[in-house]
Amino acid sequence: MTEKFETHEHDVLIIGAGGAGLRAAVEALNQGASVGVVCKSLLGKAHTVMAEGGIAAAMGNVDAADDWKTHFRDTMRGGKLLNNWRMAQLHAQEAPNAVRELEQWGALFDRTDSGEIMQRAFGGHTFKRLCHVGDRTGLEIIRTLQDRGVQLGIDVYMECTVTRLLLDGGRIAGAFAYWREQGRFVVFKAKSIVIATGGVGKAWKVTSNSWEYTGDGMALAYEAGAELMDLEFVQFHPTGMVWPPGVQGILVTEAVRGEGGILRNKLGERFMEKYDPKKLELSTRDVVARSIYTEVREGRGTEHGGAYLDISHKPAEYVKRKLPGMYHQFKELADVDITKGPMEVGPTFHYTIGGIRVEAETGAATVPGLFAAGEAAAGMHGANRLGGNSLSDLLVFGRRAGLAAAAHAKKTSAPAIDSKQVEDAEREMLAPFEHRGGPNPYEIHRELQDTLQSLVGIFRNEEDLKRALAEIQRLKERAANVSVEGSRLFNPGWHLARDLKSMLTIAEAVTRCALERKESRGAHSRIDFPEYDPVWAKKNNIIIRDGAGMALRQRPVPEMPEELKQVLAEDK
Amino acid sequence: MAEAVLAVYRGDRESGKPVEYKVPLAPGMVVLDALHYIQGHLSPDLAVRWNCKAGRCGSCSAEVNGRPRLTCKTRMDSLPLESPITISPLRAFPVIKDLVTDVSWNYQVNKKIPAFTPRPGVQWKMFQKDVDRPQEFRKCIECFLCQNVCHVLRDHGKHAQYGGPRFFVRVAGLEMHPLDGVSRAKLLKEQLGLGFCNITKCCTEVCPESIHITDNAIIPLKERIVDKYYDPLFWIVRKITKTGGS
Ligand SMILES: Cc1cc2nc3c(=O)[nH]c(=O)nc-3n(C[C@H](O)[C@H](O)[C@H](O)COP(=O)(O)OP(=O)(O)OC[C@H]3O[C@@H](n4cnc5c(N)ncnc54)[C@H](O)[C@@H]3O)c2cc1C
Ligand code: SF4
Ligand code: SF4
Ligand code: FES
Repeated sequence: MTEKFETHEHDVLIIGAGGAGLRAAVEALNQGASVGVVCKSLLGKAHTVMAEGGIAAAMGNVDAADDWKTHFRDTMRGGKLLNNWRMAQLHAQEAPNAVRELEQWGALFDRTDSGEIMQRAFGGHTFKRLCHVGDRTGLEIIRTLQDRGVQLGIDVYMECTVTRLLLDGGRIAGAFAYWREQGRFVVFKAKSIVIATGGVGKAWKVTSNSWEYTGDGMALAYEAGAELMDLEFVQFHPTGMVWPPGVQGILVTEAVRGEGGILRNKLGERFMEKYDPKKLELSTRDVVARSIYTEVREGRGTEHGGAYLDISHKPAEYVKRKLPGMYHQFKELADVDITKGPMEVGPTFHYTIGGIRVEAETGAATVPGLFAAGEAAAGMHGANRLGGNSLSDLLVFGRRAGLAAAAHAKKTSAPAIDSKQVEDAEREMLAPFEHRGGPNPYEIHRELQDTLQSLVGIFRNEEDLKRALAEIQRLKERAANVSVEGSRLFNPGWHLARDLKSMLTIAEAVTRCALERKESRGAHSRIDFPEYDPVWAKKNNIIIRDGAGMALRQRPVPEMPEELKQVLAEDK
Repeated sequence: MAEAVLAVYRGDRESGKPVEYKVPLAPGMVVLDALHYIQGHLSPDLAVRWNCKAGRCGSCSAEVNGRPRLTCKTRMDSLPLESPITISPLRAFPVIKDLVTDVSWNYQVNKKIPAFTPRPGVQWKMFQKDVDRPQEFRKCIECFLCQNVCHVLRDHGKHAQYGGPRFFVRVAGLEMHPLDGVSRAKLLKEQLGLGFCNITKCCTEVCPESIHITDNAIIPLKERIVDKYYDPLFWIVRKITKTGGS
């Protein structure tokens, strides 16, 4: 039966070619595994390419006092202690080496006067910690990893979308996918699969995320029976562009504030003095996003409903050198010269903090043979992610997942592909061509975006969340009947029809978790429960498939060992 | 509401033609927004590539009124609206469908280039002034607009013998890396066909990252080859520019 389809076999199949996927691939190749990497776009176009501000690693090149303990403490405090402590620890300890490794593979970071890697300040980081290349750090990282992978002979299946994980009994056997170009189907056989597919930001209307961010990997893992965790936490970046409408949501890097940018309301007040007098603009993202939102809601917003962000007090040459991307972005897209005047900014969906629940050391999910890393995985960032901690997360846990996936493949016998699952996956993909007169996928997508934007945003309450859930249910029913026009040849409408299903699954999970967590913590703010709740401080929300329905339960947050509690208590 | 008419190439490898669509205009709108409007409201199977919508990923390249552009950075208000705006796929690569072309050839070329290889025993110390130049080359977002306008590919179809400006930029980034220890001169001459480039500078003109492809990458690479081999065309160019007294 499977012979009907083009088939490829690998020890380790990696879904996703961003920083996490590529780093995992490099590591699995180093272990001698046969590795395939699948991605929805061309190689080098994953979200990682868009990262701007930098990668956090306590190298101490600029502030010599920095060390992993301080980075750990900042990460845990930023995450409101909901983080998996072990992940935060490994991350803080291993990030410097991960950056050095990139340098040894050819990356060229900006330099200090003494010839070391330059580091800049960022929100929530005690010291100057973000290694960077102007404001195009992600490009440097993805190219370096890409080149390294090519050098090691990586097999990349580009513009190929996975729609189902195949199981043999309870364990991973492979994946079913389609080539975007011709619309043909393809089966991958694999002993281990690493999910590195990123987040679900495209389900919101105002977002810095691309079409790729439809929550696929999380939904695939969920369908295969894996646990998802902490999905109520989604990060709204405080500074996205707000004007003109076409550019709404496009990111304005936190590096603007890192380099000294100041936030003001329409009255000219530096309002962060009110919300976080100590850290001001460099407070954590949850705080800054809520502050801007509150200023606007209380009538002190700018003409287009945002805040002013001003860096023009710095010398024009300096701004152009440190923030060239921002300079051009505003000049070309908004007719604003940021060396002369302020930008208008407001919150934009940015990052999916929750995701697939994994083991800290290995990235193993709760299905044998399944691993996850990067934005698709949960635990590392707790209730709020610090800027710069994602790029380092990708490298540290990408490496670990690649290592563990290769080791798992080595000790596992070849799994069998179940032709029933494959046929079922094929049928699902062909259905939208058979429905006639059903709804258009773009229409449903717009409705979902409007729903989440207005009901599952920065501030939440029970009534809104319940309405959102009902709305998602209704959209799910409609999505089951979508019809698409045209052929299978590179057909974005058809692709979206499938992406919708993932978005709806994860949107439901986010909303259910948000409804359940009756407190405010980090990126999750409940107007009806505005305080921390010590009981919720000790619980992670878990989502798991239960037949056709979605079950929600809790797990205790892992208890931190004594010596780390002490690290946490130290004040620096 | 004001409207624009877009004449978008619709078709596949075998055949195709421009199809006109009316799109409502909004302030600050870019061509990619207009294409998304068409997808979302008029023709859901319109094939177009994009990711970042901010000029950072190099996915959305197309020819707008015959000029190679990133559609996410081309403002509608920068285009004349009296006649339809034509949007067609890059010409140097085979069409797959509509605005999506087969750029896989570029990935094949890239595989020929030896990766960064540190000199044995290097100290991992570099100064900003030494990395400024290779950092310029590493800004490349692989939009392939330069490949699209280079006549060696576009008009002469020398894909088999030539690397194209994008990969000269890539090689330059490696060759000028302060700690790199291998020479790619032979590769440039024998496999990437640097000699075919006659410094027309069309590539530099279209680069959205403002990389000085010819002056900073190609010419210094040609000099390296001249130092190693004899390149008649460049020998003349060098003579002209030298006597031209710049
Ligand atoms: C504009 C912007 C700026 C940012 N700046 C910073 C910063 O300065 N510092 C920082 O630390 N973080 C930053 N972030 C966050 C960070 O860039 C991302 O979280 C990170 O790059 C995600 O990497 P990843 O490897 O997990 O996934 P990605 O890089 O997003 O890669 C996901 C991959 O999965 C593939 N994929 C998805 N679904 C499927 C499927 N069904 N089948 C096959 N393949 C699939 C995609 O094609 C893609 O290759 C920024 C994010 C954005 C959007
Ligand atoms: S300068 Fe050389 S590489 Fe650039 S377009 Fe002209 S011929 Fe091609
Ligand atoms: S060199 Fe410039 S034009 Fe050529 S691919 Fe790179 S960014 Fe595009
Ligand atoms: S969409 Fe990324 S460059 Fe245009």
